Amino acid sequence: MSKYSMHLLVCGGTSCHSSESDAIVCNLRDELEAKGLMDSVQVIMTGCFGFCEKGPIVKVMPDNTIYVQVKPEDAQTIVEEHVIKGRKVTRLLYKDPVTQESISDSKHMGFFKKQLRIVLRNCGFINPENIDEYIARDGYQALGKVLTEMTPEQVIKEVKDSGQRGRGGAGFSTGLKWELARKNQSEEKYVVCNADEGDPGAFMDRSVLEGDPHSVLEAMAICGYSIGASNGLIYIRAEYPLAIERLKIAIKQAREYGLLGNNIFGTGFNFDIKLRYGAGAFVCGEETALIHSMEGLRGEPTVKPPFPAESGYNGKPTNVNNVETFAAIPAIILKGAKWFSSIGTDRSKGTKVFALAGKINNVGLIEVPMGTTLREVIFEIGGGIRNGKKFKGIQTGGPSGGCLSEKHLDTPIDFDNLIAAGSIMGSGAMIVLDEDDCMVSMAKFFLEFTVEESCGKCAPCRIGNKRLHELLGQICEGKGKLEDLDRLRNMSVVIKDTALCGLGQTSPNPVLSMMDNYYDEYVAHVTDKKCPAGQCKSLMEYVVNPENCVGCTACARVCPVNAISGERKEVHFIDPSICIKCGACMEKCKFDAIFIR
Amino acid sequence: MSKITSLADLNKKREELKSGPGLRTNAIDPENVVQVKVAMATCGIASGAKTIMEFFLEQLERRNVAAVVTQTGCMGYCYAEPTIEVKLPGQDPVVFGFVDLKRADQIIEKYIKTGELVDGIIPVNYQTIDLKE
Repeated sequence: MSKYSMHLLVCGGTSCHSSESDAIVCNLRDELEAKGLMDSVQVIMTGCFGFCEKGPIVKVMPDNTIYVQVKPEDAQTIVEEHVIKGRKVTRLLYKDPVTQESISDSKHMGFFKKQLRIVLRNCGFINPENIDEYIARDGYQALGKVLTEMTPEQVIKEVKDSGQRGRGGAGFSTGLKWELARKNQSEEKYVVCNADEGDPGAFMDRSVLEGDPHSVLEAMAICGYSIGASNGLIYIRAEYPLAIERLKIAIKQAREYGLLGNNIFGTGFNFDIKLRYGAGAFVCGEETALIHSMEGLRGEPTVKPPFPAESGYNGKPTNVNNVETFAAIPAIILKGAKWFSSIGTDRSKGTKVFALAGKINNVGLIEVPMGTTLREVIFEIGGGIRNGKKFKGIQTGGPSGGCLSEKHLDTPIDFDNLIAAGSIMGSGAMIVLDEDDCMVSMAKFFLEFTVEESCGKCAPCRIGNKRLHELLGQICEGKGKLEDLDRLRNMSVVIKDTALCGLGQTSPNPVLSMMDNYYDEYVAHVTDKKCPAGQCKSLMEYVVNPENCVGCTACARVCPVNAISGERKEVHFIDPSICIKCGACMEKCKFDAIFIR
Repeated sequence: MSKITSLADLNKKREELKSGPGLRTNAIDPENVVQVKVAMATCGIASGAKTIMEFFLEQLERRNVAAVVTQTGCMGYCYAEPTIEVKLPGQDPVVFGFVDLKRADQIIEKYIKTGELVDGIIPVNYQTIDLKE
């Protein structure tokens, strides 16, 4: 048998997949076949590399070369040049945005330099559809260690000592949660994995499940052993078809090897995992709502206590953890609590995965130690703001979080610092805003989301958020009054205090934090009736600058509502009462004669 | 697929499978493993570099040496093909010429495993520039 001397890793995450990465795999294989190289070069489809901005990615090992934005037709060049002749294809290398230099070794890219990958250790490295690759990378060793060498109490202590806090958003101690579930006696208990990732801009959990599904399965079994459960359920939204597919394959393979099922490792421990599909409701990320949804009831939260650890799925003690929380567990068991707790800050240990989105150069998936500053994340890993614009703010924690401004850039990211700054860690979505984003419209956008996703059970959330949204809408339209700002604030505080579940308790966060950090912008909207960012259409006026206008009539011809009048070769006039502010005239004008007032 | 019924089974399986992604695992940190570069230009291949590369790939793994084996272009020692460059962690690279299977075996057993030099070393006869500096 001849040995593989080279591996071509092709990203098979959802985003690269939709940019035809499967066609790249096919073409590479065809090309290798044609050249008789199938025996020495292996093509592997992996999970997300994280560098989604420049996908699809092809990585060549062992020389660590990363090719970006690869098209299926590039397969021939890669095989003929790199594989056969050993020459790098410069055209496909990543170019440093500052120096314009091509970087071939991925280790020298700013994007990867600052990252520490624990949860994403196997993402973009192994083939997620092949359990053998996971085993070769020490997969299921942690489960083996736990079952043969440790008592459940020892496992819980290890997880507690590691200082890991739940990655779903609330930041509750994972070990403590397990301990509570263990203490409640019952014949039947459940381990639930919360894969109902719903905030706009978040794709951390999806990427983990797509890139390394076995790490979650292994951790669930470890959890089952610790709390005394033999049933695992993964609640995943049906909108994640690729993640579901890979989970199904992973579960099947683990069962075939006997790593799920009865008498695992001959120790008498039984554990199996089933999938439960959600319909994609944001509120079902809340653990009680999630459990009701799994039971076939409406996805509505209920008051805690009783906590799921006492009475959860089917009334049995249930432990719910997030995907990312689980994915770190095998590493904690194998490398120890001491190692894990040496990473991060005082009260937030380990690393956190973030999904970078918005007006940032390197949109993608990153994992950094807790305590990394926002500045490092945005400007070093994220490559700064798009099109050279100015940084304005960053929304962390999705619609439940807050918007942090320039003065927070040097804040080390951890659970407590983000709360102190007026936001939350949340599940890890980061949406970067630039100078063109209006903070009133942004708050309105997030409120729109929570209004839509509110289950309607409690009044503060159902009615309060709706009113908040209406008020913000009025302010955007120039119908707001100064006292409306106080009403916004008061109402937000009341909703936070009185709503039933996490959704309502956090939904006013964007409004509050944006009013704190960008109060002048809110005032400008209500008193000057102006939108400083130029986003709120009702507050804008398109005006002709008579000095530049040559009377070419181009604007009048393109106006869809005939709001522009004026004779040929004379200065034109835009009637603000007819103008719908579509901006078509400004785009058309070659003389920069139309501007926004 | 046979069942894994004990931790020993899993360990056995892991050892069997290690070579799968092994090439990638070693490549994460090439500075800490043995790096072997085989000159694979036309002259190299014509003199049998392909066989040598396969030999290294197979034997290093069989003899449990963590290594990254890559191909490279012409090193300029066409008279001495096949040529290979071996870099042990923390040391300067050494180039060996006229590498046949027998010498390749010596290189692994003596130089790579014990650091003892063997015949066929080509002294460095040029300096190169680093574009980054």
